[in-house]
Amino acid sequence: MLKILAARLQQGFRTVDYPEEAPVIPDRLRGLPVIREEQCRKGCQACIEICPTNAIIRDNDLQIDLGRCIFCGACAEACPVKAINFSNDPCLAVSKREDLIIGKSGIKLATEPEQQIFGRSLQFRQVSSGGCNGCEVDINVLTTIVFDLSRFGIKIVASPRHSDGLIITGPITRNMKSATLETFEAVPTPRLVVAVGACAISGGIFRDQTEQNNGITGLLPVDLFIPGCPPHPITILDGLLRLIGRVNS
Amino acid sequence: MSSVKHCFVQNGGIKALSDVPCLAFSEFQQYILDAVAQEWRVCSFFGMEMENADNRTGQPLRLIAVLANEAEKRLAVMTTQIEKHFPSFTTAIPQFHMFEREIAEQWGVTPVGHPWLRPARFHESYRKGTDIWPGLPQELFRIEGGEAHEVAVGPIHAGVIEPGHFRFQCHGEKVFHLEISLGYQHRGIEKTLFGGPHKRTAYQMEALAGDTTIGHFLAYCQAMEALQGVKVPPRAHALRAVGLELERLANHTGDLGALGGDVGYLPTSSYCGRIRGDFLNMTALICGSRLGRGFISPRGVRFDLDTPERLEKLCQALARAEKDSNTAIQLLWDSPTVMNRFENTGRVSKETCLALGLVGPTARACGALRDIRHDFPLGHYQTAKFPTEPRHESMTGDVAARALVRWHEMHDSLRFLQELLPNLPAGGIASSATKAAPPLRPNSLVVSLVEGWRGEICHTAITDAKGHFSRYKVVDPSFHNWIALGMALRNQEISDFPLCNKSFNLSYCGFDL
Repeated sequence: MLKILAARLQQGFRTVDYPEEAPVIPDRLRGLPVIREEQCRKGCQACIEICPTNAIIRDNDLQIDLGRCIFCGACAEACPVKAINFSNDPCLAVSKREDLIIGKSGIKLATEPEQQIFGRSLQFRQVSSGGCNGCEVDINVLTTIVFDLSRFGIKIVASPRHSDGLIITGPITRNMKSATLETFEAVPTPRLVVAVGACAISGGIFRDQTEQNNGITGLLPVDLFIPGCPPHPITILDGLLRLIGRVNS
Repeated sequence: MSSVKHCFVQNGGIKALSDVPCLAFSEFQQYILDAVAQEWRVCSFFGMEMENADNRTGQPLRLIAVLANEAEKRLAVMTTQIEKHFPSFTTAIPQFHMFEREIAEQWGVTPVGHPWLRPARFHESYRKGTDIWPGLPQELFRIEGGEAHEVAVGPIHAGVIEPGHFRFQCHGEKVFHLEISLGYQHRGIEKTLFGGPHKRTAYQMEALAGDTTIGHFLAYCQAMEALQGVKVPPRAHALRAVGLELERLANHTGDLGALGGDVGYLPTSSYCGRIRGDFLNMTALICGSRLGRGFISPRGVRFDLDTPERLEKLCQALARAEKDSNTAIQLLWDSPTVMNRFENTGRVSKETCLALGLVGPTARACGALRDIRHDFPLGHYQTAKFPTEPRHESMTGDVAARALVRWHEMHDSLRFLQELLPNLPAGGIASSATKAAPPLRPNSLVVSLVEGWRGEICHTAITDAKGHFSRYKVVDPSFHNWIALGMALRNQEISDFPLCNKSFNLSYCGFDL
């Protein structure tokens, strides 16, 4: 007993103060890309050619589809004029698929749904559907004392019947498709779907392989998109808090 | 074992494919039987198609076996050629069981006499129209009898965890048999590697198993460097070892905490959940990604501990995490209720371990001393001998032993990092070769081994005449070890399943690929 108390004292209080205070983010984190369109050289294809997931679009404007981007930074390295840079801004969650395609004007982050039905109590069931366990790792840590998800009334529960929605990871493999959709059916309405990671949003690095379905986007209506490969836990937390109106800016 | 008819290889060394002899099957079979009798074990066993064949269906299949012997510190490669059938090794050598199921599924050939021939991952054969299980899905093993009952768990589990199906055959609370049926995470990675490397290949190699990003990607980089003839500078080797050991520390800490959680002991579980994140954040401090995505490259590493401040920050974080993990995990061993639940639960005997060819901490907890860092060291581990003392020999193979081995390994890794970090070799962090990747040497074979936190990661790359992959084979440690979980559950209470499962913490996606 005394040993437990001594350990308790030694470990101290270690919960991050987000969203009240800005989180400590590693300086090298590849977060929100910043596009300097005016520097981009006409006819240069360096970033488009190197991108492993075809996330870069060059019609008239230079744009990045964060739903496909795996934040590897290869484009920023390849660009001869530094027209693309990755900032360490971790806030990336959006409400609509098209909002993930960002240009020089930046990102339109998710806002609280107009009809808020899940204010202070929101339960999720997580389904990994071909995820590499990377996104799962960074969702799992939200339940640790560092992020302490339950202080916001958000919980990850065991049964879809007890949940208000699904957090989906992975490109939806052929072998998991029916289980994933059945789990969704088991969630009582109204229900939410949160897609976490490039795989769940677009198939990510597995896009167009026959063993998967290019993510959940074409299969179920998605209420929140959290891009990344995998997203930083703060990115996921920030997204979930936007869903319940705890973060707005 | 005579060396006439097979070929010895080095970890990360390149061999001309013409130096690897192709034996008649009977000879191949006899060599394997003799070798295993002399304590060789199977690292990898897979099929590939013969080159330059116009008609893909109906052509012979080449089988390649990679064997290792820790006592002799030798790796050997042997190959043979088969048509549509071959006599199964599994009854004589159980460690072949899953490899043969995989070969049957991938290539539509039958290992005749395999005692439990089911699909490994539930996908179509690589050769169209050759599936040997046209009527999927297959029945699972079942015990009949008035008082026997079965329990089905998964693919959807209770926690934030990957999918897999577990089928228990029980008598009351007692488990007679557990069958594990996977494949739900199958993304078709190996299939896409034919003709590679492609633009996405490196990124897929980082995502074979997200929690082993560095382990698997290091194995890939070692193979690529051998094929490209790239020399990696010492500082990059050292930084790779830092990444690999941080990955081990993070996962071992998380699992020890989760073991506490599974027996209802919350102090350790809540502290370790956080400390695991502290280790992940150290990796992020170096490269920006908590899992080490983008940290290493097939020329060296992409990020340096460039400033004294960054190095100092890392050393301080490491010292703090060591102190925190020491007090948090010591509570486990000091708590009789915890030890009572750990001891004699989920026991795997050394005989079973050797017969099934288990690897990593799971094998070491059974007293089988296998560690790539020690037996087949590469990179920084060649110069700085990794402190793997043969002190685990009396290990009992139960949950307590698997927990204790992880704890010992954490200490080894911490000591290793504390000695290494202040003495990092100076110099560049990537090969100064031209930025464009050199072409791969054609008609060659490389075996690349890395001791990931779960155990031996084995990648085998074989190139064709044009220098593309004619086969790239990945073996995650979980591929060897899932069967151990089934064995551990025999004659246990079903309620001990979560505890046993966590004591192995095997990878679903690493198996499913």
